[in-house]
Amino acid sequence: MRAIAPLIAAVIPIGLVFGALAATKALSPLETGLMSALVFAGGSQFVAMDIWTHPASWTGVGFAALLVNIRHVLMSASLATKMEAFGPRSRYLAMLFLADEIWAMAEFRAGVARLTPAWFAGLVAPFYLAWVLSALAGATLGAFLGDPVVLGLDFAFPAVFIVLVIGFWKGPETGAVLLASGAAAVVTQHFVPGVWYIAAGALAGLLTALVSGSRRAEVTP
Amino acid sequence: MTLDFATLLAILAMAVATMLTRVSGLFLIRHVSLEGSRRKAIESIPPAVLMAVVAPTAFATGIAETLACAVTAFAAFRLPMLVSVALGVASVAILRAVGV
Repeated sequence: MRAIAPLIAAVIPIGLVFGALAATKALSPLETGLMSALVFAGGSQFVAMDIWTHPASWTGVGFAALLVNIRHVLMSASLATKMEAFGPRSRYLAMLFLADEIWAMAEFRAGVARLTPAWFAGLVAPFYLAWVLSALAGATLGAFLGDPVVLGLDFAFPAVFIVLVIGFWKGPETGAVLLASGAAAVVTQHFVPGVWYIAAGALAGLLTALVSGSRRAEVTP
Repeated sequence: MTLDFATLLAILAMAVATMLTRVSGLFLIRHVSLEGSRRKAIESIPPAVLMAVVAPTAFATGIAETLACAVTAFAAFRLPMLVSVALGVASVAILRAVGV
């Protein structure tokens, strides 16, 4: 529960904002709640609101969701190597709830303790409920909410991610990975519209780790 | 409470696309062996992805965001997560309020 508290505190304002935004695109609270419950991936939901049309285009938002969430492929591949305590079915069930924040906390947990289905469920359930309910509340309350940017609440998730990045620090190799990823992400975001910067940064970091890993293998045979 | 058919279809398309990305990693590791340097590379994915997500906020949004990221990172070396996050949010709100 201590692991999830900062995430809940961070996700509620984002969920409220998403719900309020969906209301401005004429989605009903039922539709908004359904999207949050079934998709459960904030980034792609915000992008969908950005490109929303009437009537809705399932090809457009479906393809956008695929692009925005392609990072999940890397994330689930990484987490899958740490799920020895999960049965074959519970692995797939658990992966369906793989949001950025869930994944980051689970990776962090795997570094200090064995990842168990019970711990994972305890992480997912409150976070999932908070995401769906806050979106419903935002869709219903809409314009009554204050501006989250003024309150700095939009900064909650970047802050959580920074804390987690620091937690993954293992020495100069991590520094090289972070440098490559950060540089590639900033440059890509500047020149390419959309969310390609996440994929570009992740790949640059991964390639850096591969190169420095094989170099080490040559030096110490 | 309305549920438009085109909207429902769009939501389902998003859900299916997202589920595919979520379970595909499980297929991937069953068909690709993970030994030695590959295993090391997999371990670099978490910091690489997180860094890519926050980099535009940290380095290309504004001075307030850059400073607040530095505050958060510095705090994270010594303080618990909730305190570090609260410090980051408070510093970005204050810096924006004073017009940095």
